[in-house]
Amino acid sequence: MAIIETKNLTYTYPSVTKPSIIDVSIKIEKGEFTLITGPSGCGKTTLCRCFNGLIPHFYQGELKGEIVVAEINPIEHPIYELATHVGLVFQNPDNQLFALSVEKDVAFGLENLGVPREKMRERVDSALNLTGIFDLRERAPHELSGGQQQRVAIASVLAMQPELIILDEPTSFLDPLSAKNIFEVIYELNRKLGITVVLVEHRLDLIARYADHIIIMDEGKVVLNGETREILRSEEARLIGVGVPKATHLYQILRKDGVKLADTIPLTSDEMAKLLREALKAQ
Amino acid sequence: MIVVEDVYFTYPNSVEALKGVSLTIRNGEFVAIMGQNGAGKTTLVKHFNGLLKPTKGKVLVDEVETTKVSVATLSRNVGFVFQNPDHQLFSETVEDEIAFALRNFRFKESIIKRRVTWALNLLGLTQYRKTSPFMLSGGERKRVALASVLAWNPKILILDEPTIGQDYQQKEKLRQFILQMKTQKKTTIIVTHDVEFVAECSPRVLLMQNGRIIADGEARKILTEPEILRQASIVPPQVAQIFLQLADLEIPRNVIDVYEAREKLLNMLERRGK
Repeated sequence: MAIIETKNLTYTYPSVTKPSIIDVSIKIEKGEFTLITGPSGCGKTTLCRCFNGLIPHFYQGELKGEIVVAEINPIEHPIYELATHVGLVFQNPDNQLFALSVEKDVAFGLENLGVPREKMRERVDSALNLTGIFDLRERAPHELSGGQQQRVAIASVLAMQPELIILDEPTSFLDPLSAKNIFEVIYELNRKLGITVVLVEHRLDLIARYADHIIIMDEGKVVLNGETREILRSEEARLIGVGVPKATHLYQILRKDGVKLADTIPLTSDEMAKLLREALKAQ
Repeated sequence: MIVVEDVYFTYPNSVEALKGVSLTIRNGEFVAIMGQNGAGKTTLVKHFNGLLKPTKGKVLVDEVETTKVSVATLSRNVGFVFQNPDHQLFSETVEDEIAFALRNFRFKESIIKRRVTWALNLLGLTQYRKTSPFMLSGGERKRVALASVLAWNPKILILDEPTIGQDYQQKEKLRQFILQMKTQKKTTIIVTHDVEFVAECSPRVLLMQNGRIIADGEARKILTEPEILRQASIVPPQVAQIFLQLADLEIPRNVIDVYEAREKLLNMLERRGK
C-alpha cells in the first residue's frame, strides 16, 4: 500500500515564475526506505516540504496536481494533523531546535499532543537512547556541536513515533562514524518498527546500501525512479551528476574493461571486495 | 605561511578545546583537517584568521603574530567560509552579498563588478544574481558564502565543511578550484568529514582528536590506516576499505582513488592470468 502518492504535482514558490517541482508522479510504499537525490537545487527539499504540508500551508505559493500522504490530503488538512503521521528532520538543526534543554526539545511535540506524563517520559527517554544523547538530556541544544544538535533534531521526531519520517540530509554535520551510526538507527527503525523512511542525501557512498528505492530528480523533475541496484546500474545516474558509491563505480569501470565480475552490482565496499576476491581467485 | 607553536585554547566555559597543537602550513599547501565532532578542528582554524587567540602559545600568519593585528587586517589575506552559511549571509541579493567585502576593502567599482561576475560564474550562481540568498537551497547558500570570500582573492582560504549539501558536480568544481589555488601558490585549508572528497583530492591530512593532532601526512597514507582513523571517528574511503579487505591477496595497501584502484587491479588480474 502506498503511504505517499503524487500525481502531476507541480509547485511554484511565491514571487517566482519558474516551478521548483514539475509534474512529479511518484508512489512510495508503506515500510519502504526511499532515497531522494539529485543535483543541488533540483527540487528535493521542495518535494519533501509537500509531504508534511509545509507546502502549501507555510510556504504558500501555487501547488497543482494531486497528493495523498498517509491517506490524508495535505492540501486540505492542516499541518498539525499531518504532524502525528509525518516527522520531518531538517537539513540544518538550527532551524528546528529552540528549547532550553535537550529533553524539553524532544518532549515538545508530545506536550502539544497532550501525551500523559508517564508515556511522555518513556518515549522521550527511548528517543534519547536511540540517538545516543541520553547523557546530554539536560544540556542546552545551542551549546552542542552541530552533530549533537542533529541527533537532538532526530530524537524529537522519533519521540512522536510517526509512521513516516522524512530526513533532509540529516547527517551533513556529523563525522563519518556518527553519520554511520545515525543511518543505522534510521535503518533499524525502518526494519524493526516498519516506519517508512524518505531520506534526501547526496552521498550515496553512505546510504545506498540501506535504500530499497531511489528517486533521482533534476531541474524539478523526476528523471529516474526504481529499485536501488537497478537505478545504480544505469549509466544515466552518473550522467546526471549523482555520485554513485565508489565501490559501484569501480565495478562499472572494471566491467567495461572486460573484467569478469558477478552480475549483482555492489553498493558497498564489502560487496565489491567479495566480487574481486572471487575474480582474483578464478584467475 | 601559517606557524602554530604549542597552542592551547580554553573557551570561557572552561572547555579546553586545544591542548598543545604545533604545525606549519606552507604557502601553496592543500590541507584537510579531519576528526570527530568536538575534536577542536573549527577552533584550530579560527586561530588562523585571528577570530580566536591562543590562551597559551603562538600563531603566526606570514610571520606576524595573530595577537598583534586585527581580524579585519588578517582577513584581507585569510578568507574564512563558515560551516553554516546562515551565519554569514545577510544581504538582499546574491550580488550584494558577494560585493560586500570587496566594498569594505575599498576596491574600485569596476573591479568589484568584474570580481562579482567571475565568482558568480565560477560557482554556477549567475542566474541568481538578483535573488535573495534566503530564497536559495542549502547547497546554493553554501556556494554564495564561498563566492563572497573567493571574490576578494585571499592568499589563504579556510573552508569549514565546504562539501555539505553539494552534489557530485559541485564537489568536482570545488576540487578543480582548489587545485588551481595550489598552482598559484595559495593555501587552502578545509575542515571536513567527507572522506570520499578527501580521497579524490589527496591533500595533506591532519587528524585531530580531543584537542590534539594525532596524525599528519599524505592522504593515501593516513586514509589507509584503519586503527588511527577509528580514533578520529573516520571511516576509510570505500576504495581503501576494498583494498584493506583484500590485503591477504598480496594487494597494494595505499590506494584511495578509483582510477588508481582500477590500474592496480587490472595489473594483478593480468599477472595472475599469465
